[in-house]
Amino acid sequence: MTAPLLKVDGLSVEFPQRRQRLQALDGISFTLDAGEVLGFVGESGAGKSLTGAAIMGLLEPPGRITAGSIALEGRRIEADAAAVRGREIGMIFQDPLTSLNPLRTVGDQLVETIQLHLNLSGEAAEARAAQLLEEVGIDPARRSAFPHEFSGGMRQRIVIALALAPEPKLIIADEPTTALDVSIQAQVLALLRRLCKERGAAVILITHDMGVIAETTDRVAVLYAGRLVEEGKTARVIAAPRHPYTRGLMASTPNLDTVSVDTILPQIPGSMPGLSALPDGCRFHPRCDVAMPDCSCVAPVFADGVACHKYAAEQAGEAKNAG
Amino acid sequence: MPDESYLTVTGLSRHFDISEPLLARMVSGRAKRILKAVDDVSFSIAKGQTYALVGESGSGKSTIARMIVGLERPDSGTIRIDGKTAFDTQSGPSQDNSLRQKLQMVFQSPYSSLNPRWRVGDILMEPIRAFGLISDQAAQQRRVRELLDQVGLSASDAERFPHEFSGGQRQRISIARALASNPHFIVCDEPTSALDVSVQAQVLNLLKQLQRDLQLTYLFISHDMAVVRVMAHRIGVLKDGQLIEENEPGALIESPRQPYTRMLMDSTPRFAGGAG
Repeated sequence: MTAPLLKVDGLSVEFPQRRQRLQALDGISFTLDAGEVLGFVGESGAGKSLTGAAIMGLLEPPGRITAGSIALEGRRIEADAAAVRGREIGMIFQDPLTSLNPLRTVGDQLVETIQLHLNLSGEAAEARAAQLLEEVGIDPARRSAFPHEFSGGMRQRIVIALALAPEPKLIIADEPTTALDVSIQAQVLALLRRLCKERGAAVILITHDMGVIAETTDRVAVLYAGRLVEEGKTARVIAAPRHPYTRGLMASTPNLDTVSVDTILPQIPGSMPGLSALPDGCRFHPRCDVAMPDCSCVAPVFADGVACHKYAAEQAGEAKNAG
Repeated sequence: MPDESYLTVTGLSRHFDISEPLLARMVSGRAKRILKAVDDVSFSIAKGQTYALVGESGSGKSTIARMIVGLERPDSGTIRIDGKTAFDTQSGPSQDNSLRQKLQMVFQSPYSSLNPRWRVGDILMEPIRAFGLISDQAAQQRRVRELLDQVGLSASDAERFPHEFSGGQRQRISIARALASNPHFIVCDEPTSALDVSVQAQVLNLLKQLQRDLQLTYLFISHDMAVVRVMAHRIGVLKDGQLIEENEPGALIESPRQPYTRMLMDSTPRFAGGAG
């Protein structure tokens, strides 16, 4: 059995403060195979962007990894992610305008990236750049245009071309379509998914939108207050969510086909706790409608794709009945 | 058409001159360029109902909202609110202060629309004092507590500053401030697009409950078709400053007449487990 493309094991990230240490990520573990699209979903502050930043070695000081390992094809990368960043792991951020150099033409930026990572002559790099522009649906004749001459969706296509230029094994896309209109969002996500599948590159797609997860990803990981609360095949998680937070997140997302003006949306009471006031036990228990006494003192163990006392108890009960 | 309309907008337009400076234009010989941000838009909202304007960025939906509340001056058109003329091309904006009091707005960002140096109590007191609604100090305090209670916050929150609240709670404060002048009509400009989904559901439910309890009329601006369907009794679709289609939500969504409307709906991400 070969090593998975990416294996993250027990990843914890802390931000030391004067009086206390804020634990932003707590024991995140997951694996990712080549060609797979994994979604990270959760609300603001859940730690989804931070997980991506930790993998790429882009944690902002004083944030640091305090425990756990990150392995790309079996090689540990957490000590020196700069060696693989850009070359083996590509990145796409939310705002394409700040990801691109405003003073250089898009063609020059592509050629620079290609030559930095691949050993190609100027002419070969030019040809490669034209081919990449073609693939993301931009006329190669526009290689001499500047970023401001493109629309938001086109700019994000250029960023995708840049990320794909060195043929990376993994692309981390952090809210790549949040700044775009819905009609453009669908095109950009479909493009990203198709190009990565064609190349066998894996994708980590970070988003807050369950609809985007459902339409784009193969597997999904749900984060809440710095912990992984549920993980599994996207189809399974959407059809039968096991964690009450996943259920709540899905239930509160209005579905265009079934809602009406008479709908009262199911809501999760309260809001996610800040890092300085994390509750003991299961971090979701103050907002949970099925919380049990254990939930407020013992942190649930992640097993069977979910970290929930209630689910574990139900499964144990069923096993006992069956036995 | 609904029998009793609260707000009627007729032929509303707002054009921006985006041409080069005069001298550059004379040298290059290029013509003036006019951006029609809002182009001859007409609609009306029935009393106690929600009218939603949907469209993508740049479609003119926020410009319409700003013109209705008087933050931006239309180039032409008429705005009638509760039978009175709030704006027309000839006489300009109405000087009637009572119109302003009946008309409030909730903005997209609960971070930039609350004064960070004011306590929540002062923020809510401002409209009460500005319109001279209550003169007795004890009664003013009572009204602030009542407003906080209406939006699901506690009376003690009046002493705190906006930065002590989460995004969803801040949007509740914005709603309470809008309610402070006893308005009949609230313009909600993307009130939940800066919020997480679980909090979005709380705020949308609160707006609906307040509409029932206080017989409020809403103009609801959003780019999210699903959110619009939850809120609206009637939907107008904007594209490049023009109202291209208008109908009841069921009919609009099940059989849109414009290809653009269908495209907007087809590109809305969806999944089987959503609310509804």
